[in-house]
Amino acid sequence: MNDRDLVVMGVGMHPWGKWGHDFTEYGMIAARAALADAGLQWKDIQYVAGADTIRNGYPGFIAGSTFAQKMGWTGVRVSSSYAACASGAQALQTARASILAGFCDVAMVIGADTTPKGFFAPVGGERKTDPDWLRFHLLGATNPVYFALFARRRMDLYGATAEDFAMVKVKNSRHGLENPNARFRKESTVADVLNSPVVSEPLRLLDICATSDGAAAMIVTSREFAEKRLGSLNGVPRIRAVSTITPTYPQTILELPDFATDSSAVVAPPERGFKDSICHAAYEEAGLGPDDMSMAEVYDLSTALELDWYEHLGLCAKGDAEGLLRSGATTIGGRVPVNPSGGLSCFGEAIPAQAVAQVCELVWQLRGQAGARQIEGARAGITANQGLFGHGSSVIVSV
Amino acid sequence: MPAVDGWFTLDDEPHLIGGRCADCGTYVFPPRAGACPNPECESDELVPTTLSRHGRVWSYTENRYAPPPPYKAAEPFEPYALVAVELEKEGIIVLGQAPKGILAPDLKVGMRMQLETDVLFAESNEQGETTEHMIYVWAPAVESASGPNAGVAS
Repeated sequence: MNDRDLVVMGVGMHPWGKWGHDFTEYGMIAARAALADAGLQWKDIQYVAGADTIRNGYPGFIAGSTFAQKMGWTGVRVSSSYAACASGAQALQTARASILAGFCDVAMVIGADTTPKGFFAPVGGERKTDPDWLRFHLLGATNPVYFALFARRRMDLYGATAEDFAMVKVKNSRHGLENPNARFRKESTVADVLNSPVVSEPLRLLDICATSDGAAAMIVTSREFAEKRLGSLNGVPRIRAVSTITPTYPQTILELPDFATDSSAVVAPPERGFKDSICHAAYEEAGLGPDDMSMAEVYDLSTALELDWYEHLGLCAKGDAEGLLRSGATTIGGRVPVNPSGGLSCFGEAIPAQAVAQVCELVWQLRGQAGARQIEGARAGITANQGLFGHGSSVIVSV
Repeated sequence: MPAVDGWFTLDDEPHLIGGRCADCGTYVFPPRAGACPNPECESDELVPTTLSRHGRVWSYTENRYAPPPPYKAAEPFEPYALVAVELEKEGIIVLGQAPKGILAPDLKVGMRMQLETDVLFAESNEQGETTEHMIYVWAPAVESASGPNAGVAS
């Protein structure tokens, strides 16, 4: 075990759905599940790293103390992180820094959300200098618009088809069928996807993830703490890397929520694009590579974006993702299953919980506790995700 | 009137207005004052400058559902295209709407486009006077009469 590894002692979720309850209720259930899984009590926790939600008022902006109060004040230290979809990874990194610096031995990382119906819209008020407000006001550039720009490039550059995108949905819907935490547990066929209405051409309703309520939590500890509690750490999942990098100038790919890219007129683009560099940084930190991975949990905001992630993760060359999908390599039973949980396709997006949930799935797989969706002999896995405004998120977990 | 101040000109041959660093020469869009985004450059001066009127399609899509507020969607909603266009000289990609009536089947990655303006939304006051709020749009470029996109542009 590396000196900078953390032990994951417990993970827990509140199932994903759409109930409209107070997000702290979901969080508390996930927190209690993670504590029970770790064999610890709330008063054992020395640090709470909360991932924020911006759609639930002030308590959402101070998630660390909100959950500490919900569980009952114990004087525990807290932090609250916002990095859009990457908030959970940012919170994990904050907990990791506190543990590795010796300020604490055991921390809870937690995110929960309650989401509105329909398209995500900017938070209220007229804000003419906020690019997130302006992209809706001046262009009607919803999140699916940006997903669609990436999908269209796969089609026009690599010859991807609507059927290829639909096959991602078919795969993920099968993976999630037996996942008790998934919101959508229904098999989809290629025809189901192709018959669903176009939202942002070429993406259809079933290509795009929903927005959900949900919560996820994990208990991470120092090696010494875990050894005292568990004795042997054989077979216990460890956090090997947390990549929370930002882009390097110039960022030349048009990303949410921007009107324009940086300029490459004066400074040449970096060797690796932003999303490639997120995964590369995680591999470097772990001292592992794509060939070492038994699985990946990636942010399939759309079916086509899952294919992009295959390439950013180095699972195949640029332009080969459709071939990798069709070969069955990314299906459970294949060489490197992607989104064995069912992914966002089956969960929908509960923003601050999502990056934590990705790690929960890796942990269950690595312990052999994933039931009907178990990947045999899983030894290591990687998560990949990106938060708007330049937030990278990639975590490597291994046994 | 423009739907946003200072982002584009409203003449017969409209141009986007960006910023250019007085020191290193890099470009920004949307226009803004203040620090150059190049981390190697310490300049605090971005000079307003017009950007190339022509570029090539980087990608595109077509909205089939009305976006939520603060977008002011017409009723009934008509699908419209959004186009990301790469400007060669400036080395940037700029997202914009296409003019009304230009939809996804009219577009292709790599296609040459030019900047135009179109009505984003119109508002009437109590006196019945209507104000049109204008926005920049990317339209297929008008080539010579025998060009590949002849007759497509408005």
